[in-house]
Amino acid sequence: MKALHDFVKKFEPDHNNKLAHTTYDAFYTFLFQPPTVTKGGVHIKDGMDLKRLMVHVVLALQLLYVFGTWNIGHQHFVAIGEHTGLLEGFLLKVVYGLIQVLPIFVVTHVVGLGIEFFYAARKGHSVEEGFLVSGALIPLIMPPDIPLVWLAVAIAFAVVLGKEAFGGTGMNIWNVALLARVFIFFAYPTTISGDEVWISGIEKVGTEYFAASYGWAHHAFDWIFSGLGLATFGEGGQAVVDGFTGATPLGIAAKEGWAGVEAVYTEGQIFWGTIPGSIGETSVPLIVIGMIFLMVTRIADYRVIVGGLIGFFVAALMMNAIAPADLGPDTPGVFKFMAIHPLRQLMMGSFLFAITFMATDPVSSADTPTGKWIYGFLIAFIGLIIRVMNPAYPEGWMLSILLMNTFAPLIDHYVYQANAKRRAKRTSAMAKQRDELITRRGDIKVFNGDSDYRPVGNAGTYQ
Amino acid sequence: MRSIKQLTGGLFLLLLANFTLQSQAAASGGNLLFYGLAGLALLIFFFIVVSVADNFMVIESNQSGINGEKANMGLYPRINELFSSKKPGFLDKEHVYTLRKGYDIPLEGAASTNVDTQTKATRFAIMPPDFVGLMPIPKVTVEVGDTVKAGDTVFYDKQLDRIKFAAPVSGEVIEIKRGLKRAIDAIVILADNNQVSRAYTVPAANASRSELVEFLLESGAWPGIRQRPYNVVADPDLVPRDIFVSTFDTAPLAADSALAIAGRKAAFQAGIDVLNRLTDGLVYLGLDGRGDTASPYASIVHAEKRYFRGPHPAGNVGVQIHHIHPAGVGADTVWTLDVNAVLTIGELFLHGRYTTQRVVALAGAELATPRHVATHAGANLGELLKGETLTNVRVLSGDVLTGSAVGTEGFLGFFDRQVTVLAEGDQPELFGWLLPLKARASISPTIPTFSKFAATTNTHGERRAFVVNNDYEQVMPMDIYTQQLMKAIMINDFEAMEGLGIYELVEEDVALAEFVCVSKQPLQTILRDGLTTMMQQG
Repeated sequence: MKALHDFVKKFEPDHNNKLAHTTYDAFYTFLFQPPTVTKGGVHIKDGMDLKRLMVHVVLALQLLYVFGTWNIGHQHFVAIGEHTGLLEGFLLKVVYGLIQVLPIFVVTHVVGLGIEFFYAARKGHSVEEGFLVSGALIPLIMPPDIPLVWLAVAIAFAVVLGKEAFGGTGMNIWNVALLARVFIFFAYPTTISGDEVWISGIEKVGTEYFAASYGWAHHAFDWIFSGLGLATFGEGGQAVVDGFTGATPLGIAAKEGWAGVEAVYTEGQIFWGTIPGSIGETSVPLIVIGMIFLMVTRIADYRVIVGGLIGFFVAALMMNAIAPADLGPDTPGVFKFMAIHPLRQLMMGSFLFAITFMATDPVSSADTPTGKWIYGFLIAFIGLIIRVMNPAYPEGWMLSILLMNTFAPLIDHYVYQANAKRRAKRTSAMAKQRDELITRRGDIKVFNGDSDYRPVGNAGTYQ
Repeated sequence: MRSIKQLTGGLFLLLLANFTLQSQAAASGGNLLFYGLAGLALLIFFFIVVSVADNFMVIESNQSGINGEKANMGLYPRINELFSSKKPGFLDKEHVYTLRKGYDIPLEGAASTNVDTQTKATRFAIMPPDFVGLMPIPKVTVEVGDTVKAGDTVFYDKQLDRIKFAAPVSGEVIEIKRGLKRAIDAIVILADNNQVSRAYTVPAANASRSELVEFLLESGAWPGIRQRPYNVVADPDLVPRDIFVSTFDTAPLAADSALAIAGRKAAFQAGIDVLNRLTDGLVYLGLDGRGDTASPYASIVHAEKRYFRGPHPAGNVGVQIHHIHPAGVGADTVWTLDVNAVLTIGELFLHGRYTTQRVVALAGAELATPRHVATHAGANLGELLKGETLTNVRVLSGDVLTGSAVGTEGFLGFFDRQVTVLAEGDQPELFGWLLPLKARASISPTIPTFSKFAATTNTHGERRAFVVNNDYEQVMPMDIYTQQLMKAIMINDFEAMEGLGIYELVEEDVALAEFVCVSKQPLQTILRDGLTTMMQQG
């Protein structure tokens, strides 16, 4: 290991070449925990650092990547009517998914990390790890056929204006991954609104060039697979003009309620996530596994997640209460949407993904433990209102999280004010008690188990 | 009174349940939700019936003269009965604070409890930088070659010239070390074999406070008293609200404070009696409530005794003050002393002699025989560690969180009670951030620590911007938002600093937060900057 370290150290560029040195430093500290020692202050340090913190979120996302890759292929083949069984043509589906996901992943990291490295060199600090998580999240919230140019523009927007403009990792106000998503959402509304399904390889307005652009890759794999005697893509690798189109569960629910959703999708499909959607946000059980992992390892704060779940159920139950008891054909769609059972609301759409991975971002969420409860609750509460009651947006979490990101400092401000007031009040109560004790000093035995005195204070546990 | 409150509360719940049930029943009949709520309502109904019955029983018991506040006569256990940990018997009648937050870093190399009296240091130093609030160049009143007795004045600050700083031992002044810009770093004394103290005329038992203060200032025992906020040398013109003494140390590998008082209880008691005459308020003793037996300090009288249980930093006097009665500026100024300072004052009044004798822990996994030694303030570390093979290590005066790396040529700090030896962590580790193969401590569940381990000085990561994951709150047993306070300090927001509690903190209180910080920020330095700014603002 010493030899490897020395070998890597040989390539260290000169400090004057800033960009080269920052880039080298980023890769070097990735490969090795550097031999730096503490100087001043504490002499030993906790083993946790920002890299380790961030990489655990990436780990929690891995199952979603695997599932998402397969699901892209699966939805594609189901739409063209081939290999409709879950495990039929498994290899083809995974390869098809990889052909879609890998370019998205690579573009995300090349653009995002490139900008990070550039700014780190310009500002003369080392590359911070924030983009490790953003870069892992962004592909999962994109439609599988997203044109790579759009993606690159969106990421550049999010990283430059959303993060570097504020001073880099740790300083940003809004969640970077969601900024990229919101950019695409508002820049290309006809394609990305989320009321129509996203199935890879089906031509849609605006994406027709990109759906067919991987034909050469499919042909190449066909050549390999036929050589090995395996099933080939054949027609399945081509883009399909006028293929299957349909509405997403939320698109249907907004018009026809749960009855309409049930006519197209089964409850099981929605729960397990074998439905079209963004790459990584469809499968409820896998997201819940990630959620539990993040909460148990305390990487994400449970307060945001639990607060969010509470807010979601409160909002959903309120809507249930408002909705009329009898839903006829003349009932407006919004009432039918409101009447959907909270657990079904929870399964549809991407609430769980958003509250687990987006809302818990430690930089853009509220800082204080109390603030985090409020922040999580309001995200869910407002998000569900946007989802159900606003006809323009089929889904609400992106907007509600960005809205609460904006208000998180305000929430914290009031928590800090309350803390200052509480501590002042506690101190003055203690002062009063102290005066009383001093005047009665000698007559009574103060502060033991028999005396009537209990010390004032809320931080200690008196037992 | 409490029972009536509960009764009204119960009736309110009954009403509430009634309303909820009706409105839901109207909304949507026949679904799972309705049955769920109905079931819940039924449970609440039974709960209320039982509660009302319970309340009548409590009222009955109150009328028959049983004090409901002390003895629980109700059906339900109180929350503290459910969750209280098993406390040892000696705490039954005592006043105990149980702190849940904090962290004991599981380090190897704790000092064994026998006191080594054979190891002797010959060189001792008094170091002006140990005392916060002095000018960098004090007036030195001795020269190299002078002979001094323990307690003889060796320097004083030109602006605080009433406070005299005394030689810790008797002997010959052999060196006056100067640092940057001719600041005085240390005055080194070669100790005599037989220690002699300067002779004192102790003030009478009924002497006035001002006489007492004058005597302490002149005797050289005053600098052991520190003042909060800011942790500076106490201002003799000021009467403190209260005086706080923490009698135990929870820092990693800390010295056993029971050894400090062994055979010197009378001196400690005398010191506490003197402190009582210095304040109109109370003298508080923070006692160790973690063990199975009472601390030897429990038999001290004329002080308010408060027990603290919990992980580090429960033994920090700042944490104890926060829970007992927070410090602040003006009328809330308090004084703090450590055990050794109380003993020095006690010896002065009991026997009329000045001594800085103390028991110091030599600890750390790098040492062959970690143990306690009896020595005096300012002992040379190299001489205390004689016989140990020390290669690529860091020798600290103090603990791993707040100590200073003075090396074997350095001297024990005036307020330090331990010497810690740590291995330097200047080894790269392949994917060390991802696969922590070498043992390291962490409060994160992603790095489990199963046993005690030998820590190194590796930073385990690079410095980053603040990221809020509430790790500070997890190890700070104080109602203070540490991170926001640090940000307020960095932008010089005076109002926020005051409101968020900067006056209650000194470096040692945030040291554990600095240890756990994922962004590896130097919190102690930031805090001291803030304290200096506040001091300059007056």
